[in-house]
Amino acid sequence: MIKEFDAVVIGGGPAGLAAALSLKSNGVKRVLVSEREDVLGGILQQCIHNGFGLHRFNEELTGPEYAERYIDFVKEADIEIYTSSCTIDIVNEGESKTVYLMSELYGLVEVKTKAVILAMGCRERNRGNIAIPGSRPSGVMTAGLAQKLVNRYGYMPGKEVVILGSGDIGLIMARRMTWEGAKVKAVVEVQPYPGGLNRNIVQCLNDFNIPLYLSHTVTNIKGNNRITSVDIAPINEYREPSKEEQFTLTCDSLLLSVGLVPENELSLKVGIELDKVTSGPLVDANLMTNVTGIFACGNVLHVHDLVDFVSEESEACGNAAAKYINSTLTKGEEIPVRTGNLVRYVLPTKVEPGKEALLSLRTMATAEGVTLYIKSGDEVLYKKKHKKIFPSEMQRVLIKQVPADAKKLDVLFK
Amino acid sequence: MFFLNKGENMRKSLICITCPLGCSLDVEYDTNHITKVDGATCKRGEKYAEKEIFSPERIVTSTVKITGASIDFLPVKTDKTVSKKIMSKVMEEVFRIKVKAPVKVGDIVCSNVADSGANLVATRSFRGQ
Repeated sequence: MIKEFDAVVIGGGPAGLAAALSLKSNGVKRVLVSEREDVLGGILQQCIHNGFGLHRFNEELTGPEYAERYIDFVKEADIEIYTSSCTIDIVNEGESKTVYLMSELYGLVEVKTKAVILAMGCRERNRGNIAIPGSRPSGVMTAGLAQKLVNRYGYMPGKEVVILGSGDIGLIMARRMTWEGAKVKAVVEVQPYPGGLNRNIVQCLNDFNIPLYLSHTVTNIKGNNRITSVDIAPINEYREPSKEEQFTLTCDSLLLSVGLVPENELSLKVGIELDKVTSGPLVDANLMTNVTGIFACGNVLHVHDLVDFVSEESEACGNAAAKYINSTLTKGEEIPVRTGNLVRYVLPTKVEPGKEALLSLRTMATAEGVTLYIKSGDEVLYKKKHKKIFPSEMQRVLIKQVPADAKKLDVLFK
Repeated sequence: MFFLNKGENMRKSLICITCPLGCSLDVEYDTNHITKVDGATCKRGEKYAEKEIFSPERIVTSTVKITGASIDFLPVKTDKTVSKKIMSKVMEEVFRIKVKAPVKVGDIVCSNVADSGANLVATRSFRGQ
């Protein structure tokens, strides 16, 4: 089957839905969202805990509630939705692109489109990514998989749980498994600080007296068919485990919450350049990749902590893509945004002088009593003092107008 | 139980969990009142401190069994915070509840769950099949 659209959005999670809505409200007529799962909403559908939407809707929603609001908007907006539709390839033909989908309903579909918005989200790092020694029994899985098993299918992955990594999903799962009757014995974090939000340390670990071992790691996984125990050891500044202080915890499952990586297999195939730090596409001030007409937003671009920011970024992306489709996207001169002291990355890496710029950044390490500066030469455009900064907290800064004569922006902490 | 001399205040460091910002609060309080809150970036921080010191409360989120929907579990939450002490009682009741599709976001699936004063409400809609 051959179809024609003005824009194809790949992924029907929070990023894809917000981008599609924004395309539509900016006058793009034919918009298609291609979603791999049988429902829209992406990972939000399994995030049944609350804490979503405080910025966006000014109230605290659960993941499915946040998703449903956007799904309802999309349903009212005359947007074509393909669910159970796996996007398998994007081919760049200059002015137009062809997107190949394998859909449960329509079979192989060839979609001609002017623009593509990448909104595929991210994947969890797994055991292979972090190379934990030991045997390979069952019961070792990512925290997100455990979340899906418990929340969507009602299966308990184990009764005695150890969690490696203190990312938010790991913390949320510590509470969820406890509520469901499991014993969570420990959360083990390799860094000297927690990976997730502070509020999750309080309400997911402290509330249930679950110990958090910072600067510790799992040094061995034991068990033949099923995991029976793990060895845990403190590590020094060179990440060498201390054999003397090593201890063993019996368990029947080990959940891994050791980071997320943007899912960019499709992007690489069509020739999109990725940023080495974020693992997401390199984008300009319009969130357009190096392939003209292909845009990216949400967790496929860089991993966010808050869905509210995903929605916001994706709206801006849809807005820019709509301008591209309507041939009103002006690409002026661009200046680089450079990372300075303590800044791991800033996105986008280029901005346009004379225009508004919304910057997202993450820090490299924790620090106290530092001030964030955004400068154009010697001129300070933004300044904010922080009591404490964490790499786990993404910061967003709006620069109302980048000076027209700016040559570069510097983002740094002092 | 702490006994305080007159005019002497207790101090505690808290992390506000009202929103994902997670402000660090330094709280001073006497036997039944908060006397000072430092570090809150909005008013909700003071409210949180008062509650957290004297009667901590949480929202409980979970799933209940559902029939006639596209999947077998319906996500639910308490429509307001419940005392931390009775969270496990709320969960015991959650395990027993079964509902039938159709259901809409916000529908009450159990009122005054475990005598908490809060209702258990659906957080996802399912059409009947």
